[in-house]
Amino acid sequence: MDDESVLWEETIEPGATWSHVLKRGTSLRIVDLEGGANVGAIFYNFDCPAERYNMADTLKAQHIARLTEGCVFYSDMGRILCSMIKDTAGWHDPISGCSDAALVLQKYGEARYQQHRNNCHKNARDGFLIELEKWGLGARDLTPIVNFFSRVRVAEDGGMKFEPDNSRAGASIELRAEMNVLTIFNTCQHPLDSNPRYEPKPVALTVRKVCVPGSDDPCRVSRPENQRGFTLTERYFL
Amino acid sequence: MATKTQLEESRRSAKRAVYREVVPAGEPWIRVIHRGQFFRIVDLEGNQAADTLFYNAHDYSDRYSAQDTIRAQQNVYLTTGTRLISSGGNVLLTIVADTCGRHDTLGGACATESNMVRYAIEKRYMHACRQSFVKAAIQWGRGLSKRDLTSNINFFMNVVVTPEGGLTFEDGVSGPGKYVEMRAEMDVLAIISNCPQLNNPCNGYNPTPVEVLIWDPGSNPGADDV
Repeated sequence: MDDESVLWEETIEPGATWSHVLKRGTSLRIVDLEGGANVGAIFYNFDCPAERYNMADTLKAQHIARLTEGCVFYSDMGRILCSMIKDTAGWHDPISGCSDAALVLQKYGEARYQQHRNNCHKNARDGFLIELEKWGLGARDLTPIVNFFSRVRVAEDGGMKFEPDNSRAGASIELRAEMNVLTIFNTCQHPLDSNPRYEPKPVALTVRKVCVPGSDDPCRVSRPENQRGFTLTERYFL
Repeated sequence: MATKTQLEESRRSAKRAVYREVVPAGEPWIRVIHRGQFFRIVDLEGNQAADTLFYNAHDYSDRYSAQDTIRAQQNVYLTTGTRLISSGGNVLLTIVADTCGRHDTLGGACATESNMVRYAIEKRYMHACRQSFVKAAIQWGRGLSKRDLTSNINFFMNVVVTPEGGLTFEDGVSGPGKYVEMRAEMDVLAIISNCPQLNNPCNGYNPTPVEVLIWDPGSNPGADDV
C-alpha cells in the first residue's frame, strides 16, 4: 500500500459500532486481525439517505448470493455506493442479517454493564439503531445488511449453514466509495456463528485516497450491469 | 434436484371468505389483515409474481424482514410453516397452506432504476413494482413512505440460490390456481404489487391477475382446527 495515500488508521473493537461518511475518491481497507471476524455493514447516500444499500438489487444485478472482489454495492436508485476492489477472504455473506438482543441472550446468556463493564454483551441490531439515530435515521431505515468476512452455505434445498473457517487472521477487503457513503459497521458475531461463546473480534481500518475508477476498472468491466451502474453513478455527479 | 417444498392444501372454501378481490397485473393492493384472519393469494393464471410487504399495523417501523425470516428458519425459501418475522423480532404471519411449494424473498421488487442497471438505461420508463409500492404508500398515507419500502416477499417466484453463491431467476414453479395462505398472528398491513416485469421470466413474460381472499377466524367451520 502506498503510505502517502493513507489518511488514517484505526481499530474497531469487538462488539462495537462505527460510522463514517466515506467520501467519493477514498477507500476503506478492513483487516480481520485475529481470524473469524464479522463486520455487519450498511450503507446510505449521505447526501440523501432515502437512497440506501439495496440487498436485492445488489444480488440480482450481479446474479450473486455472495460478495467478493469485483462486486459492487447498489443503492435502490440504480447507483453504486461502493465497490469491493480487494478481497483475500473470498466470500462475504449478504443474506443472513444481524443479531438482536433476544438472540444474544439466548446464545450467550446475560452479561450486563453493572457486572461486566465494557465487556458486557452487545448485539448488532441495537448497535445499528443507536448509530442510525445519531445521523437522524432510525428503525425505518435499518434495511438488510452485509456481513463481511462471514460465509453461510446455502444447500440445494435452501438450508443455511454457517462456515466457521471462512476468514483467517490477516484476511482483508478494500471498499472504494463511488458516492459519499454514510457507512455503519458493527463487529458483533454473525447471527448464525456456531461458536457457543461470546467472542466478537476486532478489525483494523485504513482510509486512503484513491483514483476514481477508469474505463478499464475491474469492477466496472466485470459485467454489463455494472458498466451501466457506473454510468448512472457518474451522471449523478455531473 | 432436492428442494424445500411443503405442499399443503387449505380446507377453507372461497365461498366462506369475507373478502375477495382480483388484483390486475401492474396494480397495487393495500389492506389491514386482522390478527386471526386467514389471507390467501391465488396465482389465477400461473407464473405470476406477487411482490408483498407486511407491517405491524400499529407500528410501521416494525415490518417484514427477509433477513430475519430466513435466518430464523435457517432456510432461504418460504413455504408452509414459515413464520414471517418482523424487523422487531415479531411473528407477523405464518404460512399455513401452500400449493406452489416455495416462494422467494431475496430477489426484491423490480424498480425503474434497477431495470436500467439490469437490462438497459432505456428501460427506465417501463412500469415496475416499486412504482406501485410508492403509489400505495402515498395513497395509504398515515406516515407510510418510501423509507418503509424494504425487503419483500415474491410469492410464486422462483429465484434459486446455488451452493456456489449464484442467484438465478428461473421459470416459475407456480401454475394456474396455485395459492399460498397465511394466518395473521397480529394486525398487519399488507401491500401487494402485482408485478408488471416484462424483462425476465418471473411472470412468464405475460403478467396476469392474482386474487386475494380473507377469512375471519371461524368463518369456515372445521377449517381452522388443522
